[in-house]
Amino acid sequence: MEWLLWFSKPENTKPLALIIFFFTFVGIVAYVYGSKKRSEKLESYRDIPFLDEQPGEKGDTKEKQ
Amino acid sequence: MAVTTYSGAEQYNFDIVKKFAVMSLVWAVVGMFVGVYIASELAWPFLNFDSPYFSFGRFRPVHTTSVIFGFGGSALFATSYYVVQRTCQTRLMSDGIASFTFWGWMAIIVLADISYVLGYSQAREYAEMEWPIDILIEVVWVAYLILFVGTIMRRKQPHIYVANWFYLAFILATALLHTFNNLAMPIDLLSMKSYSLFSGVQDAMTQWWYGHNAVGFFLTAAFLGMMYYFVPKQAGRPIYSYRLSIVHFWALGFMYMWVGAHHLHWTALPDWTSSLAAAFSILLLMPSWGGMINGIMTLSGAWDKLRTDPIMRFMIVALSFYGMSTFEGPMMSLKEVNALSHYTDWTIGHVHSGALGWVAMITFGSLYHMMPKLWDTKIYSQKLIEWHFWLATVGIILYIVAMWISGITQGLMWRTFDEFGNLKFSFAESVAAMMPFYAMRAIGGMFFLTGTVLMTFNMFMTIRQGKRENAILEAKLTAKLANA
Repeated sequence: MEWLLWFSKPENTKPLALIIFFFTFVGIVAYVYGSKKRSEKLESYRDIPFLDEQPGEKGDTKEKQ
Repeated sequence: MAVTTYSGAEQYNFDIVKKFAVMSLVWAVVGMFVGVYIASELAWPFLNFDSPYFSFGRFRPVHTTSVIFGFGGSALFATSYYVVQRTCQTRLMSDGIASFTFWGWMAIIVLADISYVLGYSQAREYAEMEWPIDILIEVVWVAYLILFVGTIMRRKQPHIYVANWFYLAFILATALLHTFNNLAMPIDLLSMKSYSLFSGVQDAMTQWWYGHNAVGFFLTAAFLGMMYYFVPKQAGRPIYSYRLSIVHFWALGFMYMWVGAHHLHWTALPDWTSSLAAAFSILLLMPSWGGMINGIMTLSGAWDKLRTDPIMRFMIVALSFYGMSTFEGPMMSLKEVNALSHYTDWTIGHVHSGALGWVAMITFGSLYHMMPKLWDTKIYSQKLIEWHFWLATVGIILYIVAMWISGITQGLMWRTFDEFGNLKFSFAESVAAMMPFYAMRAIGGMFFLTGTVLMTFNMFMTIRQGKRENAILEAKLTAKLANA
């Protein structure tokens, strides 16, 4: 169990966390922008705030883009 | 995507949103009034009246707690409950828990403010509440988390809209920050006094880990949630790029937690720690500006709204201040700049360009959009919104310009040496040099407060108008039914 001590040192865990976060983030960016079909699907979620509009609600009419 | 027809009060719990929205305005007036008072104390010291109960040290946390947690916190409760219901197309999971969060949160602010005036304080930035109030915050916050997550789990809309991600990150991060920053041992179970579990430089680092992430998650992420819903709604067009909002969210979440130590440059903290924090502060500029661009570009093709719609103007100016203060912050985190700016009024100016320019302006815009809808009426006076906008904008500019001049002057005076290598100016001389700028700052605050009072009056009249219209409608319906 001595290998666990490696994690108790901030000079080890900080760069490790940095590497994990960096590659996770790169993965997220690749996921978001990597596929045209997925991009279209993700962009369709932009309309969610307009889906439960009250008829005649002032300022709630989505303009045509 | 599921589409549900809006049916207002029956479908959603708007009662809790109304309560928090009203109290947000009440705390705005109280907190900003105390802010103007303490700013005036610095400019005109006789206002201390030689009494500890009126002293700057006791009133300052009353100001910060009332504006951050009273005004900002209530606005976040109100808008998060509104947004989560409307974008998930479902009612809050429990009306009872919602009501508990309201009364609990109000009790926290009142108890905290009273305790500060009586002299009880942990002396931790933005976390001055002593341990019994901290425990109450913990309970209310867990209830808030359960209610928010529970509501998302009951959603009729399969996708969770990005504004809710930001709200949820704010709730989770605040729970984490509050818990660890407030680990303390009371000296007695019947005493308000406690001592932190941390000491020395670890204590300082814990405080600024909390302090900067309170800015990052309470005052930034949560208000971005507000932005991602209310800017598209007011503009009448969807957010510029949903994909950018996803990248914005994750980048902000990954980077903010690292930057707190930039508040401790040139201290006993190991050099590498604050340098790492500075490096992440610079990186943070990218997601911050990505979010700002996403918000502002939502208006692309409808820029004329800036001329015609004062509510839209509040929102876009808020985003501009967000961009400006998230540029200034990384710059101030550089060690060389920090050597001049730290401990000076420049920091106060920076905080207020974020707090007044970004947080308060986006809140005003969102409340102007939301409150008439809650009471099913139109705004009482558009003219008063125009007045509010200009009073707030002029107030902010007076405030931050005064603090820039004052801060840079202070920094330069403190590092000026004479020909023998001694400090050229005493600290008292630097205080005397600040007096005109302290007066200018107090006047800027008065402008901003006046605008907030106008808004409160405008919203009070809007609510009255909504209630009157509703009563007339009900009377007509009753008469119709009676005649049928």
